[in-house]
Amino acid sequence: MKKIISIILAATLAAASAAGLSGCGGNRGGNEGEVNVYNWGEYIANGEDDLMDVIDEFENETNIKVNYTTYETNEELYNMLKNSNVSYDVIIPSDYMISKLIEEDMLLELNYDNIPNYKYIMDRFKKLDCDPESKYTVCYSWGVTAMIYDKTKVSKKPTSWEALWDKNLRGQILMFNNNRDAMAIAMQLCGINPSNCTKEDVDKAAAKLREQKPLLKKYVMDQVFNEMENGQSAIAPYYAGDIVTMMDVNENLDYAMPVDGANLFYDAMCIPACSKNKENAEKFINFMQKPEIAAENFKYLCYATPNKEAYDNYIDDEYKNNELIFPSDEYLDKCYVFTNVSDEVYSYMQEQFVNIQAE
Amino acid sequence: MKSRKPSIPYIIWMLVFTMIPIIMIGFTAFTDKQGNFSLEPFTKAFNYSEVFLKSLWIALLSTAICLVLAYPLAYLIAGMKHSTQNTVIMLLMIPMWMNFLLRIYAWITLLQDNGPIDMALSLLGINATYIGNTGAVILGMVYEYLPFMVLPIYTVMSKIDPGLIEAAQDLGSNRFSVFRRVIAPLSVPGIISGITMVFVPSASTFLVSQYLGGTDDIMIGDVIDKIFWTDQNTGSAISLILMILIFVFLIIMNLFGDEEAIA
Repeated sequence: MKKIISIILAATLAAASAAGLSGCGGNRGGNEGEVNVYNWGEYIANGEDDLMDVIDEFENETNIKVNYTTYETNEELYNMLKNSNVSYDVIIPSDYMISKLIEEDMLLELNYDNIPNYKYIMDRFKKLDCDPESKYTVCYSWGVTAMIYDKTKVSKKPTSWEALWDKNLRGQILMFNNNRDAMAIAMQLCGINPSNCTKEDVDKAAAKLREQKPLLKKYVMDQVFNEMENGQSAIAPYYAGDIVTMMDVNENLDYAMPVDGANLFYDAMCIPACSKNKENAEKFINFMQKPEIAAENFKYLCYATPNKEAYDNYIDDEYKNNELIFPSDEYLDKCYVFTNVSDEVYSYMQEQFVNIQAE
Repeated sequence: MKSRKPSIPYIIWMLVFTMIPIIMIGFTAFTDKQGNFSLEPFTKAFNYSEVFLKSLWIALLSTAICLVLAYPLAYLIAGMKHSTQNTVIMLLMIPMWMNFLLRIYAWITLLQDNGPIDMALSLLGINATYIGNTGAVILGMVYEYLPFMVLPIYTVMSKIDPGLIEAAQDLGSNRFSVFRRVIAPLSVPGIISGITMVFVPSASTFLVSQYLGGTDDIMIGDVIDKIFWTDQNTGSAISLILMILIFVFLIIMNLFGDEEAIA
């Protein structure tokens, strides 16, 4: 008897772990099948703040069941796609990660006939640097990096990233805790274009960051919200959409955009090679680019939408006139996009960044 | 002989979730990106020896402070009425029901500039920064792990046979020598498992230092996390070295007390 029980236990355990490893098995499909969406956390309108629950809406309209999971970093997404045999149908990686995925044949070409709403996408976001022939991507959102500063601590509105190296603000400066964004800022100050950078460029940027370290309070990502909103720090670089959110909380905060441009980043919807529901995935992507849906997502995210129709007809002037969210074309022309950094240079960058922090 | 079959599920569990991952880490640590044998990950790992030392130092200091604080507390609790003991232990446990990250956020609010502590002390004319330094990290660690030190020591102490203490008193020991000759030696196993339970997690954590520390307080857990983004080989090598260091520490602890105390 004991033997039987333990065999059953072992079998259940093995089965459970196998199921866990193979990820989203499809036993809950709607009438029209399902679509497995893998997105950033808090990156879709979810019914909060009087906004639409976009996923519910899609399920009701199409009868396709959405299995929605989230990740925190592009690297996490990459590792899931590379090292586990889960199947996702729609993913929303950032610019540099898209280049990497295309290079490694990890994306499927889209059938744009199934995505008629692609016509609403602004021209600037159609032939993305990471996908110059527009074969794999439909842009989801975009933004620029900028600085947020506390008016009670910084007397003059900064005009350059150099403000993050200001000795008068020693101990009150925050910096990106993320190699790409930190290195890019340093490279810009060294006069290097961060796209297509080499190891020598990384070395120069690393030297610049070493110079900054003694002036810093901290390297932060999400903690920036707490630091700035509660008036704990003077200045920090961050992403435009989040700067808007922080400024809503603390009226002493203001934004500053470096005059010679910043990083233009975007996330785009793609279908990974492991997809088993390509048509549903295209339906989902198309749905997300319906102008009213894109507008709902914009209102939730505060990251700019590439959807022209949504911008023209569904978004309040208050947002449209905000140069931080929707910078002028002239400003965007001065910005750079972080793509085409080879794997080798990218790892070197990460290693150098860790070394700076570890010293 | 007792049947071992009921333990099979646990053995499978250990195999799948402990042994195989460790073997994989070992394998990755000795290979390069192409999967060939290489010692490069270890040469790279030694770039971070300063961080290793600092992490171990912070962990050691936190453990020592925990011990100093926890031992008298455990002694006091063990001497209380039985019902009071339960209440006090309960009070010690309650904070642990809350998510650790939330509690760290609470500390940030307490310690930050113009926070309650800063306000109170500046009324007394003391102006300083209480967050973003190693002191804050150690405070966070001690706060987090103190119950893990108190509980095992208390458990061991409360099980000491009162007859032994009475016998010592009958033989003319005063309170101090009862403590020195009876209670202290008998509580060693509790101390050892307390030290283990505090030192091991605090050597490898990075949350506390990320939230309460400054730019110089990066810990080895943080380095492992970041390096893993792009270089799993070096990440594995660092993890392996950390595991070995902790293992050595456990063996040393083992020499001081009886084996069963090692968690």
